[in-house]
Amino acid sequence: MNAKPYCFKNKRFIIQSCTILSLFFSSQVCFAAGDKITYPKLDWSFSGITGTFDRSSQQRGLQVYKEVCAGCHGLRLLAYRNLKAIGYNDNEIKAFASENSVNTLNDEGEVVEREARPSDKFVSPYPNEQAARVANGGAYPPDLSLIVKARSDGANYLHALLTGYVDAPDEKKIPDGMYYNKYYPGKLIGMPQPLYEDGVEYADGTKATPDQMAKDVTAFLAWAAEPEMEDRKRLGISVILFLLVLTILSYFTMKQIWAPIKNR
Amino acid sequence: MSKAKFKNPVVKWIDHRLPIFSFMDHELNHYPTPKNLNYFWNFGSLAGIALVTMIITGIVLSMNYTAHVDYAFDSVERIMRDVNHGWLIRYIHMNGASFFFIVVYIHIFRGLYYGSYKAPRELLWILGVLILLLMMATAFMGYVLPWGQMSFWGATVITNLFSAIPLVGESIVTWLWGGFSVDNSTLNRFFSLHFVLPFVIVGVVILHLVALHRFGSNNPIGIDVKGTQDTLPFNPYYTIKDLFGLGVFLTIFAAAVFFFPNFMGHPDNYIEANPMVTPAHIVPEWYFLPFYAILRAIPDKLGGVLFMFGSIAVLFVIPWLDRSSVRSSQFRPIFKIFFWILLADCVLLGYLGAMPAEGIYVILSRIATAYYFFHFLILFPLLPYIEKTKPLPISISEPVLSGSSPASAFAFREKK
Repeated sequence: MNAKPYCFKNKRFIIQSCTILSLFFSSQVCFAAGDKITYPKLDWSFSGITGTFDRSSQQRGLQVYKEVCAGCHGLRLLAYRNLKAIGYNDNEIKAFASENSVNTLNDEGEVVEREARPSDKFVSPYPNEQAARVANGGAYPPDLSLIVKARSDGANYLHALLTGYVDAPDEKKIPDGMYYNKYYPGKLIGMPQPLYEDGVEYADGTKATPDQMAKDVTAFLAWAAEPEMEDRKRLGISVILFLLVLTILSYFTMKQIWAPIKNR
Repeated sequence: MSKAKFKNPVVKWIDHRLPIFSFMDHELNHYPTPKNLNYFWNFGSLAGIALVTMIITGIVLSMNYTAHVDYAFDSVERIMRDVNHGWLIRYIHMNGASFFFIVVYIHIFRGLYYGSYKAPRELLWILGVLILLLMMATAFMGYVLPWGQMSFWGATVITNLFSAIPLVGESIVTWLWGGFSVDNSTLNRFFSLHFVLPFVIVGVVILHLVALHRFGSNNPIGIDVKGTQDTLPFNPYYTIKDLFGLGVFLTIFAAAVFFFPNFMGHPDNYIEANPMVTPAHIVPEWYFLPFYAILRAIPDKLGGVLFMFGSIAVLFVIPWLDRSSVRSSQFRPIFKIFFWILLADCVLLGYLGAMPAEGIYVILSRIATAYYFFHFLILFPLLPYIEKTKPLPISISEPVLSGSSPASAFAFREKK
């Protein structure tokens, strides 16, 4: 069922971790210091304590994911049914899911393919990490389900990375299969530039500039990482209002109870 | 035990045979409490509430969690996405750990400032340090359970510390892991221990409360209660004050849970554990950073481990290291200054624990570590010989009136 490589008992790992630990404790470890990369700070609709996702941006983002990213990157923690939260109806979701196929067993116990259903998780482009690496010259395209949460300042980072492909400085050597990206740590990334002018054709007529596509796919992936965010913030405001009233009332009750003691 | 009068016949019947109602009436209702406690005395009850919150949310989480290297990460994500309000339960538990430590650290520094560890409350203090130690073990193992990158690498670094022990170190590490690396057996035993240790903490908390109620709370001026004129019944005076404090605490806590749930976490822990890829920085949770700084300050691995555990061990004996009979810092002008230096030193250690171990940070860590031990091992025993304490008031109810009489301070010391 689970095809993830299971490499915990690997001897190489033990040797590797011992090396790392010895480096660690001799205080020699280099923390990739040097020039600190700063990303442009964008004004996201979902930032702040009342921020919500922009539905049309999310839907455009799903389109970018599907047409550009999904060739290499999975989204395995998300189910097709979850798309209801960004404004699709049951029929649209069914149709969207059925474009993919998953393995199942038939009555004879043979492995057969069937169309994916809304209850299925997003089908990953590769069956396992090894297959993904072989297809990408050794690099592993990470799953994007949590990418916005798994990077510091995730939304700004992702947008910057997607728009960060610029011409390399002349002195910089670019090895085969690597690309120059001014926002990637180390500046050399295994992913070729994914977004080009009019790379997708938006159904709502929005001009598909790389910047627009990067913003949209980031909005979509921010939701994929934190699908509970809108509920969380809404509930949070009610809870805090309740607690403020409780606290203020208990403050005045306290003052009244203590008054005879304080004024004695 | 005071003869409590109960009107309800059922309560009366039970209480005659099993006096739990008299007990509660005595310990929670009439329990005499010094009348001059300030807001720093709120943090004990807050710590208790934090513990209960952690246990309740933890039990619910454990119903949905799978302790297996292949499923742990995904089971946590299932809690976040598919379990009804699972995100709320998990964020309360995750941030609850940080807030529990905030509350407990304030509670400990309160005890240090007002000399709450001094006779006759030495065992009360020691039980408290024991709770801190158990909390640290529990929190460390809990952080491993989501099986993210920091979980895995934090567990690897910390369990490897035991390999510094001469001769048997390597065997101990293998024994802790249940194998030859942090692996499925490690995750399983950490889950088991993370589940059971909180109940051990509850047990020690009960002992902590029994010891507390033997002599009652210390108070800001640190002199003994002389009679009923110095105290108030716990209820309603301190129940309402604790409720108000709880309201303030919960408001701040809720802001973190609902609006900044990942602020105190590390983004790398949303990447599934991968033994083949080491994160650029391996940092523990913020509440371990001061101890981590002490560990790294010592150039020798075994020495680092000894100093790190020593920094907790020294807390166990401070009731005997501090030779002064005056409890509260209010009457110890020099001690008071050094208290704030110690607090700043611990904050500095926390900052240094988060910084890379290089250059100026290493030197500062060494100075800060040296000060930490100097404070307890040298300053505490020697200060009473050079410090001139201020005169103590005669009693809590008349602190100002007779406060200036040096005879009262003398009388207090004679009594010791």
